[in-house]
Amino acid sequence: MINIEIDGKRIETENGSTVIEAAHQAGISIPHFCYHKKLSIAASCRMCLVQVEKAPKPLPACATPVTEGMKVFTHSEQAVKAQKGVMEFLLVNHPLDCPICDQGGECMLQDMSVGYGGGASRYHEEKRTVLAKDIGPLVSAEEMSRCINCTRCVRFGQEVAGQMELGQAFRGEHAEIMSFVSGTVDSELSGNMIDLCPVGALTSKPFRYKARSWELSRRRSVSAHDSLGSGLAVHTKNNHVLRVTPIENEEINECWLSDKDRFACEGLNSPERLTKPMIKQDGKWQEVEWQTALEYAANGLRHIASGAGAEQIGALATANSTLEELYLLQKLMRGLGSDNVDFRLRQADFSADGKQQGAPWLGMPIADISRLDSVLIVGSFLRKDHPLFASRIRQAVKKGAQANIIHSVDDDLLMKVANKAIVAPDALVTALSQVAQALDAEKNGKAQTASAEAVAIAKSLSGGGCVAVLLGNFAQQHPQAAQLQALAQQIAAATNGKFGFLGEAANSVGGYLAQATPGSKGMNAAAMLAAPRKAYVLLNVEAELDTANPQQALAAMQAADMVIAMSAYRHHATNYADVLLPIAPYTETSGTFVSAEGRVQSFKGAVKPLGEARPAWKVLRVLGNLLKLSGFDQDTSEAVRDEAIGGMDIAAQLSNASQATDQPAIPTPQSSGMQRVSDVPIYATDAVVRRSAPLQATADAAVPRVWMHGSELQKLGVKDGDMVRVVQGLGGVTLAVAADDKLPQGVVRVANGHAATAVLGAMFGTISVERA
Amino acid sequence: MSTPIIFNTLHFDQPWTLENYLKVGGYQALRKILGEKMSPDAIIAEVKASGLRGRGGAGFPTGLKWSFMPRNYQGEKYLVCNSDEGEPGTCKDRDILRYNPHMLIEGMAIAAYTMNVKTGYNYVHGEIFEAYERMEEACEEARKAGYLGKNILGSDFEFDLHNHLGYGAYVCGEETALLESIEGKKGQPRFKPPFPASFGLYGKPTTINNTETFASIPYIINNGGQKFADLGVPNSGGIKLFSISGHVNNPGNFEVPMGTPFKKLLEMAGGVRGGNKLKAVIPGGSSMPVLPGEIMMDLNMDFDSIQKAGSYLGTGAIIVMDETTCMVKALERLSYFYYEESCGQCTPCREGTGWLYRIIHRIEHGEGRPEDLDLLLDLCNNIAGRTICALGDAAAWPVQGFLKHYRKEFEYHIEHKRCLV
Repeated sequence: MINIEIDGKRIETENGSTVIEAAHQAGISIPHFCYHKKLSIAASCRMCLVQVEKAPKPLPACATPVTEGMKVFTHSEQAVKAQKGVMEFLLVNHPLDCPICDQGGECMLQDMSVGYGGGASRYHEEKRTVLAKDIGPLVSAEEMSRCINCTRCVRFGQEVAGQMELGQAFRGEHAEIMSFVSGTVDSELSGNMIDLCPVGALTSKPFRYKARSWELSRRRSVSAHDSLGSGLAVHTKNNHVLRVTPIENEEINECWLSDKDRFACEGLNSPERLTKPMIKQDGKWQEVEWQTALEYAANGLRHIASGAGAEQIGALATANSTLEELYLLQKLMRGLGSDNVDFRLRQADFSADGKQQGAPWLGMPIADISRLDSVLIVGSFLRKDHPLFASRIRQAVKKGAQANIIHSVDDDLLMKVANKAIVAPDALVTALSQVAQALDAEKNGKAQTASAEAVAIAKSLSGGGCVAVLLGNFAQQHPQAAQLQALAQQIAAATNGKFGFLGEAANSVGGYLAQATPGSKGMNAAAMLAAPRKAYVLLNVEAELDTANPQQALAAMQAADMVIAMSAYRHHATNYADVLLPIAPYTETSGTFVSAEGRVQSFKGAVKPLGEARPAWKVLRVLGNLLKLSGFDQDTSEAVRDEAIGGMDIAAQLSNASQATDQPAIPTPQSSGMQRVSDVPIYATDAVVRRSAPLQATADAAVPRVWMHGSELQKLGVKDGDMVRVVQGLGGVTLAVAADDKLPQGVVRVANGHAATAVLGAMFGTISVERA
Repeated sequence: MSTPIIFNTLHFDQPWTLENYLKVGGYQALRKILGEKMSPDAIIAEVKASGLRGRGGAGFPTGLKWSFMPRNYQGEKYLVCNSDEGEPGTCKDRDILRYNPHMLIEGMAIAAYTMNVKTGYNYVHGEIFEAYERMEEACEEARKAGYLGKNILGSDFEFDLHNHLGYGAYVCGEETALLESIEGKKGQPRFKPPFPASFGLYGKPTTINNTETFASIPYIINNGGQKFADLGVPNSGGIKLFSISGHVNNPGNFEVPMGTPFKKLLEMAGGVRGGNKLKAVIPGGSSMPVLPGEIMMDLNMDFDSIQKAGSYLGTGAIIVMDETTCMVKALERLSYFYYEESCGQCTPCREGTGWLYRIIHRIEHGEGRPEDLDLLLDLCNNIAGRTICALGDAAAWPVQGFLKHYRKEFEYHIEHKRCLV
C-alpha cells in the first residue's frame, strides 16, 4: 500500500494504481473523457491534468502512477488552468449543437463544459466538419463532427469486443473515427460504444430523436434473453419502452450489455403484438373478451382431460418465461392430472432425467470465469450464444488463461484459442472421451494413445490453478448430451476443476426450480412432440422456431385437437391454434429469472401491458380457477414466486452431478450421409428478439446459408453462393451455399430457429444436400 | 576543421563503399572491442567520458542512456536508429546514410555489443528512398564481409540490422511513435513512462539513438572518449554536423567542433545571400525558438550557449533569414507544418495547432485583430507541456519565439494589413 495526498486528503492506495484510480476510490472526481476503468489508458484527451508536487508541469491523472508521499492537487490554479485550457480546445471544433443532439442531458462534454468551459468562445475560425458514416442499423455515426477523438470506441473494439471495427484514420485535426473501408460494425457487443461515447457522436440508431433523456423514466429490469441475467435499465416514456441500457454489476454484466439485450426492446411494440384474446371458430379467428377466451380454453382442457385422459395434454414453455409463469404452468398441468410439462424445447437427449441431482447450472459464480487459468468449452457457439460470457473468457485469456475448444464448428472467437478439436457431431463424445483418456494416461504415467489435440487439451487442463469445463448450447442440445455431461464431469473431477452449463436462456436454471420438467410418469418436450398429444398449452412458444425438431413440432400441433397458445405475438400459431391468449412480455409483467449462476432476480413491469395483454401468471391463475383447481389464489407474482422457491436453499438445489451408474459408452460414429450441425442465430433465439427490426437488419440476422467444407461443395459441383436444396424428412428448402473449410468433412451447417429453415427436421442427424 | 570525423570518406569517388570505409580505418573500433573483449562497462565509460549527447534534438547523454538498458534481461532486446530526420532544416542524417553508411553500421554494432542486443532496426525517413537503398546495399556488404550477422569477425557476437522505410510522417521521429510505426501501427507517440528502455519495440527493452550519435561512436572507441570530448567544449563534447539552410550563399552540412562560433559557421556557408543583412536565425531546427541575428553573431554553437540565449541547439539545423524576410509569413509557414503533422492523439495539439495556424494565416492575409497576439501566446501556454510528446512544444515554441523578438512586425501587420519589410 502507498500513502498519497490528494487535495489535502490522505489516501492509502494500492501500489501500481494511478492517480485517477486513487482519487475515485477516495470519492474525489477528476474531469476526464478518454479514461474508462475497463479500457486501456490512452492519456490523450488531457482533461484529467492535475498538479503534482515537484512535477514541473501538470500530469494526466489517468496515466500517472502513485508514488509514496505524492501530493496531488486537482483544483489548484495550475490544474484548473490546464483543465480549462483542454476544455476550450475540445470545444473549438465541436458543433455545440446540444439542442438537437440525442446525447443532450446525458453528455459528459456538456456536463464538463458547465464546470470548465467558458461562457463565450474565443474561437472565431472555421470549424471542422466530419462526414457522417453509416456503420449499421444499431449504432448511429451521423454526427461525427461531435467526436472528440477520445478513442474509447476504438479501444472497446480492440480490447473488449475482440475485433477492431472502428479506428482513427488520418492525422491531426483531420483525424476521424471510422470503420474499415466503410464496413459496418457487426460486433455482438457494438451497442456498448454508444454508452462509452462521451459525446453525441455515436448514438443509438433505433432511439434517435425518440425522446430527450430527461423525459424518460428508468425502471430496473433483468434480461429475458441469455442466461447471464444482465441488469437492465428500461427507459420509458408515455407507457412505451424506448430504450434499454445496462445496470452495472461487476459480478454479472460489469458495465456492458450485449446488443441482443439492448436492442431486443425494439420488438416489444412490433405490429405483430397480440393485443386481444382470440379464438378460432369455423376456421376463422375472432377477437373475443378474456372471459370468453379463458372459458373456451378451460372447457377444452377439461373436455380432453375427462375424455381422452389428462396425459393427452402437453404443456410446452420457453426458457425465456418467468419463474412464476413456469411454476403456475406446471401446477396447472399437474392439477389437471398431466405430468407432461417441459421448457427444454431444443434438447434432444433426456436420458439424464431422473439421475440428475439438481438443477444444472454454471457450476460457479459468473465472476469466477474472469479468474480461470484454463477452460474447456464443449459445443458452444460462444460469441453468439453468450456474448458477455465470451467477453469474460476473452479477458481471462488476455491475462494468460488458456481456452480449449471441442466443437463441430470453428467460428472465430476473437480470442487466442490454445487447443481445439473440431469434429463432426457424431464424433463429439469420442473427442471428449479422448481428453478424459489422455488425463487418465497422464495421471497414471501410461503411454498416450489419444489424439494429439486431446493430449494437448488434457495438458492445458491439468496445469493446476482455476480450471473449468463448460458445456454450451450445442452440447446440451446434442443427441448424446448425457454422455457429454458425464465425460465433462469426469474431466472436471480429474483436473480439480469446476464443471458447468452455459445455460441457453434467461430461465434455464429457473425452469428446474419451478418444477417445469416432467416427473417420472410424464413426457419430456421431445416425447410430447414425437408422440403427438391431443391438446397442447404453449407458453411463449413458436413451435416451428423454438424446438429441436420444427418439422415434428409443427406436425404435432397440426394434428392436435386443441392448441392453446399464450403469446405476446400473433404468429404461426394462427395456423394450428384454437385459442390465442395475449400475454405480456418481460417489460410489461413482474417476474423472476434465475441466471446461469443461480442468481434469483425479480423485477417489476416497466410499463403497462399493451392493449388487453395480461401477465401470463395472471392468465394461468385465472385458468386454474376456471378449472376449479386449488392453489390458484395468489394476489401477486411475488406470492407465486414465494410459493415456488420461498424458503428454498437455492444453492442446495443447484447441482450438475448425475448418478453416473457406469462408464459412459462411446458410440461408434455413424458414417452414412451428411450430418447436420445447427446453431440458433443470435437474433433468432426468442420471440421478442425475432421481432426487433434493428436486430433483424444486422449482418447476424441474414438469411441462413448452407455451410460446408469446400471439398463438399466440389463434390456437389457447386460453388460459393450457388443455391442448393437441403432436405430432412419431408421438408426441404433452397438456400445459398457457402464454403467454410474449417468445418469437418461430412457436415452441413444450417441454422435452426429461423423462419427460412423451419420446414427442416432435427437440429442433429442426417441431412441431404443437392444442387437446386 | 582539418580532418572530418564523420564525413571522412567524402574525398573518395564513391564514399559509401565498404572498400573506401576500410581505407580510412573503418571497422577498426568494432575489431578492437571484439579483439580485446572489451567489457560493456568500459565502453559505456568511454562514451560517458566523450560527453556525447544525443544528436537528434534532445541532447540526452548517450552513455547514460546506454546504461539504462537492463543487462540481465532474458529475451529479445532491440537497438533502434532514428534516421527519421523530419525536422525542417535538418538534412545531416541523410548524408550519413548516403555517404558513410558503414560508420553508422559500425556504431550500431558497437552499441549492440555493449547492450547485448542481437537485432537492430534503422528507421529511415520515408521521403529519402535513395538513402534507404544505399543503407540496404551497405548492410548487405557488411553481412558478406562479416561485420553483421552471426559470429561477427569470428567472435561469438551476433547482430543484424534491418532497415525500415517509414512513410514520411514528422511525428514518427518521436521515438515511441517510431516504435509504433515499426510495429506496423499508426505512428502515434506512447505515453511515458514506461520508457523504451523497459518497454520499447514489441514491448521489449529498447535503446533508440540518432544516426549521427551512432556515427560518432567508432571515433570514441578508436581514440578514447576524452579525445572526443576535448574536440568540443565543456558539456558539449565532440564534433557536430550543422545543416545550414535559408538565405546563405552556400547552404549545406558542415562538420565542426561543438562551440564553433556562429559567425564562423555563417562564413563557411558563404555568408548571407546578396550581401543582405542578417535578420534572424533558428539555431536548432524549425521547432526551436528563433533568435535575432545580432544575438546569434555573438553566440557559439553548443548546447549551453544557445540555451542561455533563449533557444536550443536541437538538431543543429540552422535556418538563416535575411532582412527581406517577413516574420509573419515565415511563422505562418512553420505553423502550417505543425498543423499538418500533428498526429491527432492529444487534444491540445490536435485542436491547438490548427487554431494557431488559422490565426497567423489571418494576420498574414490582413485579417488580424489586435487581441490575436495575446490569444496566440495564451494558446501556446495551453499546448506546451500539456501533450504526450514534444510535438505540442514544437508547435508552440516557434510562435513564442517569433512573438518575443518580432512582436512589432506582427502588430504592424495587424494594423496596416501588410508587411513591414
